[in-house]
Amino acid sequence: MTNLTDLGIAAIRDGFRKGDFSARDVASAFNDAVAAAKPLNAFIVETPDHALAAADQADKDRAAGALKPLSGVPIGMKDLFATKGVQTTAASHMLEGFKPEYESTVSAKLWTAGAGMLGKLNLDQFAMGSSNETSYFGNVISPWRRNDGGNAPLAPGGSSGGSSSAIAARLCPAATGTDTGGSIRQPAAFTGISGIKPTYGRCSRWGIVAFASSLDQAGPMARDVRDCAIMLENMAGFDAKDSTSLDLAVPNWEAALSSDLKGKRVGIPKEYRVDGMPAEIDALWEQGIAWLKDAGAEIVEVSLPHTKYALPAYYIIAPAEASSNLARYDGVRYGLRDLPDGANLQDMYAATRAAGFGAEVKRRILIGTYVLSAGFYDAYYTQAQKVRTLIARDFDLAWEKCDLLLTPTAPSAAFGLGEKSDDPLAMYLNDVFTVPTSLAGLPAMSVPGGLDAQGLPLGLQIIGKALDEQSVLNASLAIEERAGFTARADKWW
Amino acid sequence: MSSYRIQGATGEWEVVIGLEVHAQVVSKSKLFSGAATAFGAEPNTQVSLVDAAMPGMLPVPNRECIRQAVRTGLAIDAQINRWSRFDRKNYFYADLPQGYQISQLYHPLVGEGHLDIEADEKAGIAEDKRIGIERIHVEQDAGKLMHDQHPTRSYVDLNRSGVALMEIVSRPDMRSPAEAGAYLRKLRAILRYVGSCDGNMEEGSMRADVNVSVRKPGDEFGTRTETKNVNSVRFVMQAIEHEANRQVDVIEGGGKIVQETRLFNPDTGTTRSMRSKEDAHDYRYFPDPDLLPLELEESFIEDCRASLPELPDAKRTRYVETLGISAYNANVLTAEVETARWFEALLEAGAEAKQASNWVMSELFGALNRLGTSIEACPVSPAQAAELLTLVSDGTLSGSLAKQVFEKMLETGDDAGTIVEREGLKQTSDTGAIEAVIADVLAKNPGQLEQYRGGKEALFGFFVGQTMKAMGGKANPGVVNELLKKALG
Repeated sequence: MTNLTDLGIAAIRDGFRKGDFSARDVASAFNDAVAAAKPLNAFIVETPDHALAAADQADKDRAAGALKPLSGVPIGMKDLFATKGVQTTAASHMLEGFKPEYESTVSAKLWTAGAGMLGKLNLDQFAMGSSNETSYFGNVISPWRRNDGGNAPLAPGGSSGGSSSAIAARLCPAATGTDTGGSIRQPAAFTGISGIKPTYGRCSRWGIVAFASSLDQAGPMARDVRDCAIMLENMAGFDAKDSTSLDLAVPNWEAALSSDLKGKRVGIPKEYRVDGMPAEIDALWEQGIAWLKDAGAEIVEVSLPHTKYALPAYYIIAPAEASSNLARYDGVRYGLRDLPDGANLQDMYAATRAAGFGAEVKRRILIGTYVLSAGFYDAYYTQAQKVRTLIARDFDLAWEKCDLLLTPTAPSAAFGLGEKSDDPLAMYLNDVFTVPTSLAGLPAMSVPGGLDAQGLPLGLQIIGKALDEQSVLNASLAIEERAGFTARADKWW
Repeated sequence: MSSYRIQGATGEWEVVIGLEVHAQVVSKSKLFSGAATAFGAEPNTQVSLVDAAMPGMLPVPNRECIRQAVRTGLAIDAQINRWSRFDRKNYFYADLPQGYQISQLYHPLVGEGHLDIEADEKAGIAEDKRIGIERIHVEQDAGKLMHDQHPTRSYVDLNRSGVALMEIVSRPDMRSPAEAGAYLRKLRAILRYVGSCDGNMEEGSMRADVNVSVRKPGDEFGTRTETKNVNSVRFVMQAIEHEANRQVDVIEGGGKIVQETRLFNPDTGTTRSMRSKEDAHDYRYFPDPDLLPLELEESFIEDCRASLPELPDAKRTRYVETLGISAYNANVLTAEVETARWFEALLEAGAEAKQASNWVMSELFGALNRLGTSIEACPVSPAQAAELLTLVSDGTLSGSLAKQVFEKMLETGDDAGTIVEREGLKQTSDTGAIEAVIADVLAKNPGQLEQYRGGKEALFGFFVGQTMKAMGGKANPGVVNELLKKALG
């Protein structure tokens, strides 16, 4: 019998429909894999009962001929999505033990579609980080290891590091992620999986613990492009409870998948050739260009002149919004409350927030508070917003010459845990290729392209026009088919 | 020009006043959530997940609150901004669940407008005056802390958290406590006419931040202080009076006014410092990224305009020019929307305007005053009153009989006609009966008759009174006059 945990979303869905196996078999197999993978620390909470209950329902629905789009499919849920009655922490001590009375729109849609939940996936605290080292619940460890025999634990990327690690280790066939400046794409690239950040507004933000509201966007992470398309169809959609949600029908992305890129022009932005980027990444980029040509696309050189300002602008706007979004964690109504003897209100705030937030979260709250403060607002926040507008215009101008853009996803392969955690600026540079798209609200996807000399996955990024997820998925599929990426991490856990 | 001046040791001082009025929007639900807004509910029973700022909750603007603010803007002749935006005002307090208030600093919904206050000699307002209104923006109210529930702890009630407020910011155009009082009363009247705020200052649905500075007449503006959350017209006037005098004392004593926030104590009528500019919060305003800019369509604005009732100024003019009511009466009758509504219902039921206005001003207001009740709670309906007035104008009732009938109407709630029938209060024009009574009165008062005929004509009133008295007030006074003149020769 097939090892069920080797199957992706489409294979599980289709095999289950055909009667090759029961949903309970699938859920049990993944539950076992999750339970046996503690060393990866990918989950904050395991919810085997949730997965089994959904599976039993799916088995009943199959018997009754009432199949749903994701019947029989168990998934992982990033612990940034509020799940009713299940601890939701954003990987912070601040929310340890917090069980919401509500279900996020995206997770509710997935459950309505028949999916079950294997557990809540670890992440960088409040989604702030690129290595999953800022979680209060400990580092997530990538299943990948360098081929140098050193066994150094590697970062699974961040902030959706629990999601990327769990999928790469076959603990779940797919998972939700959220992407504010690259938090889906960079971990996908680090772990040899696929992940798409859709157009800002495609997925409702309602019930997702907010980091930076104007940038936060949910998206799927999975083993391949088709699985991402299936997941996204069941996550996206208008939600009246989110004012920034797009009131548009959800396309049938899976049905329209096609790796034939004839007539498509793919732009190569020259500003993405940054100093100090490993030659292997440059080489992979060239390989990607060849693959897309082979799929019928025309390649054009384009310029996105304000790219170099994107990272500084992002690290003003995102912390500014975060400093305000995280003000609600004050110890008054829910979550951690630290009330020293004889403390007044100010003391309670100080003690609660000192104990509840990790160092990276505090750093960003401080940066955000600073850039919004009187006397500095115009120099930082207003300037950054202008840069944001210019970056969006860069893309608009590029779309006059091309339909898609191809870039590397990240400037390096996965790094070792602890290698960059003392140097926040080096850590922030991880986002250099993903942040501009976030600032412009555009859809972008990372697909695995190959391995570097150390045997670690590298990702390619496809960026599309607003609302054109279909072209992004199609070009990613063209790469996927040609890359033939079948490498997987050897099981050591 | 206002003549209000503070007499200081160094001469006269002029007071400069601006008001920021917070008016709670009449709406079933809150500005950004579906929670209810009723006053006086049990603590924390009108709190949605959004109001409690649970993780991941998002605000969605309530169309009705925006509509009410636009209608209010139109009622003060203001610029309605087709594009406005919400900003976050960041500060920490236990009654502010989000850690920020969603407000509008940079791009308010309503721009420049104005309202007019009327001359009031008694109050020292020499002539009509236009007061500029800089803006109206929409924002969330905070919750409430309760300090009396526990010896060492405070409790939080979030029922009010997220309720929509309009902040109506005047220009510093007022120059006396009386002008500020007149502005507030006029603004309150307009809000109540429009129906966008109930204007109930006791329940806190309208409160004012009072900006006061003093200067020598003709000088530049002085440094201002802001006295927060004053919740009655009288208190606002007291706060200005106290604050202006305090400032004059400070300056004349060689001191300087510091820009600061002050608190008003209603028990003493004085203000005290709350925090100075140095301690002021840095609110770190920035556009709320959870909300899109608010863009209004012309049709929405036109619908708002079409929904406006006739406003007090237009109504007063119409009362004077079309209905022929005196300016004074028209002013009083239009000052409160309930009065105007009652009065117009009275006209609709058939009462004649001038007669009705005089009757409302004297009889009705007198009765309401005596009963200590409001016009909405008046036991006599406008239709019943119209019937009463018709009985007067068709000669069935004399003025004094009408008073008696009205008293009985107030007591019993019965119609005027019913009471007249039951109590036999109809006045008589029966000349035979009246002549007989007159003959009797003249016979009983020979002394007065002699004096009258000797030239003391002022005694005519005495005979009228005696005749009316003898007829139990039911004689038609016109007929009595006529017949008496005849009888007295």
